[in-house]
Amino acid sequence: MSDNDLNVKAGLRESATFDAATMTEIRRAAETGIYDIRGFGAKRKVPHFDDLLFLGASMSRYPLEGYREKCNTQVTLGTRFAKKPIVIETPVTIAGMSFGALSANAKEALGRGASACGTSTTTGDGGMTPEERGQSTKLVYQYLPSRYGMNPDDLRKADAIEVVLGQGAKPGGGGMLLGQKITDRVAQMRTLPKGVDQRSACRHPDWTGPDDLAIKIQELREITDWQVPIYIKVGATRTYYDVKLAVKAGADVVVVDGMQGGTAATQEVFIEHVGIPTLAAIPQAVQALQEMGMHRKVQLIVSGGIRNGADVAKAMALGADAVAIGTAALVALGCNHPKWDAEFKKIGSAAGYYDDYHEGKDPAGISTQDPDLMKRLDPEEGGRRLANYLRVLTMEAQTLARACGKNDLRNLEPEDLVALNVEAAAMARVPLAGTTWVPGQGGY
Amino acid sequence: MKTLDLTTTSLREINQALHQQSSEATEREWLITGAKGDHNIACGLDAAISVDIKGHAGYYCAGMNKSAHVVVHGNAGQGVAENMMSGTVRVKGQASQSAGATAHGGLLVIEGDAGARCGISLKGAEIVVGGNVGHMSCFMAQAGALVVCGDAGDALGDSLYETKIFVKGSVASLGADCIEKEMTQENLDYLTDLLNRAGVDEDPKSFKRYGSARSLYNFKVDNVSAY
Ligand SMILES: Cc1cc2nc3c(=O)[nH]c(=O)nc-3n(C[C@H](O)[C@H](O)[C@H](O)COP(=O)(O)O)c2cc1C
Repeated sequence: MSDNDLNVKAGLRESATFDAATMTEIRRAAETGIYDIRGFGAKRKVPHFDDLLFLGASMSRYPLEGYREKCNTQVTLGTRFAKKPIVIETPVTIAGMSFGALSANAKEALGRGASACGTSTTTGDGGMTPEERGQSTKLVYQYLPSRYGMNPDDLRKADAIEVVLGQGAKPGGGGMLLGQKITDRVAQMRTLPKGVDQRSACRHPDWTGPDDLAIKIQELREITDWQVPIYIKVGATRTYYDVKLAVKAGADVVVVDGMQGGTAATQEVFIEHVGIPTLAAIPQAVQALQEMGMHRKVQLIVSGGIRNGADVAKAMALGADAVAIGTAALVALGCNHPKWDAEFKKIGSAAGYYDDYHEGKDPAGISTQDPDLMKRLDPEEGGRRLANYLRVLTMEAQTLARACGKNDLRNLEPEDLVALNVEAAAMARVPLAGTTWVPGQGGY
Repeated sequence: MKTLDLTTTSLREINQALHQQSSEATEREWLITGAKGDHNIACGLDAAISVDIKGHAGYYCAGMNKSAHVVVHGNAGQGVAENMMSGTVRVKGQASQSAGATAHGGLLVIEGDAGARCGISLKGAEIVVGGNVGHMSCFMAQAGALVVCGDAGDALGDSLYETKIFVKGSVASLGADCIEKEMTQENLDYLTDLLNRAGVDEDPKSFKRYGSARSLYNFKVDNVSAY
């Protein structure tokens, strides 16, 4: 029995308001005088895909044969303006995670895994590495406020460009990479002295507002001769308006990242208290697209807490064209793996709880620049694990789609879903299970 | 010399023609006429060609320039030569805000004034401004140099990393972690050379130098009011 269980048995009562984690944080703050910085996404419980269920086919709907009948998973992204849209074989893409936050081996592994499944990876704050371009058959190049490593040659090598306005973990915040992770290579790519804390800007340096952004997008298109799609990524906050403005500014694809979305390093207070859940953001985004007559014409990619094929299918049923994964992809590579538990404990954490990505001491060799730790991740093996995981996500999503009688993941629709509780019903805009009640609709 | 007229040829066709010079150089000298504030003129160039633009340019003129020599015979809008890698860009008139933003290399000369945020997040390019610069110039600038022959606005060099700043006139205020620094002989030699290359006739000795105090380089509780 754990200490905790013994305490409970002895009749001791932990405060719900001042629980152990809260008290530890107060003590930490009192000792250091610095706010807590960490990686990972929001850890608090928020309404999520688990609060939704599919209505499988029965009398009134006709299912498809689970193992035989075709269920398409291929999606084309960037059909609005780009001469060369991206075709992905599974609607699960790898989200932007920077070289610097992640080791070169981790980036390579992500490229290998994604390429094996015909999907895309994304660069991140810090530029494009040859390892990543080499291993990714479809690579999205992020265009961020910091413009670290931003280079027109890399821009022209990219298969798509993602203009990052924000992230779900920190909408309205810039990035940070603390000095201990700034090795020679990272420093050189970012044009900064070694060992200096890097505060990535939160605003783009050469445009403000959607009208400017439209001109910026035209510039990116002119430079790349209108070949590749241009995505706009926003953290989920005022999603309805942000998506409308992104479409108006000329995006081919809009990426909406919910508050559970992972990060490499952000203030804890930011991660837990800013933004809205992924579940609440999707219907807002879809409504905005539909009102503009752009749903499916401008593709919607959703991220933030996608873990399994059910999450993929539910996001798509709510109207997304594809999803992106960050944290789950890292876990597939071996992030937080129990085999490193003893080492996690040595640095004050435990397998499954580790979130200090910014410290660069990751025993699993993923969120680190330490050459010895990095070696622990074999990029080929990591790539195989990620490919396996992506295949499972795809097959799971197909299973659910077929059960609903759909021969294409994108034929899933909100009508296939119900919610388990009122909060999720209101956010996802689907009825509470067993009722016709969609909170907020029909006047009550 | 090949002349293209923006009033009769589309921006797309003009930029495409200029971009084609990177794979097969057929013409070294280009003249673009009829510019009336059009955005994104001559952006993404990747060849050692010279481009003269007659009229005023809008946003992002010569953006991400590599190798080319671009002259705007008029004013330039926001983000002229943003993220330039190499080559030179010269604005005969005034430039709006964020001139030379994030530029990694090359030389940007603005003969008139530049607006706010000139050289913001500069990453290695050199910028010489004949007149004044607006507020927040060189905000978070990392490398390279900014020379201001007139006055600088508020919060010059806020959160500066390693960019060198030289100002001849007054500085309205310095931003967080930006301080006046000694002008060494090495600095004077560098400035003399840069002014020469920019074709600006000023006495290097009349400038003051500003740089980073480097006190915000690593997070310290004592600096909390500056963050
Ligand atoms: C280690 C790490 C680094 C990240 N770096 C970036 C980045 O450089 N740019 C960016 O737009 N998002 C970044 N993100 C956020 C992801 O792109 C994505 O939005 C998020 O991880 C999705 O949520 P999920 O982690 O729950 O799948 C990062 C996330 C992680 C976990």
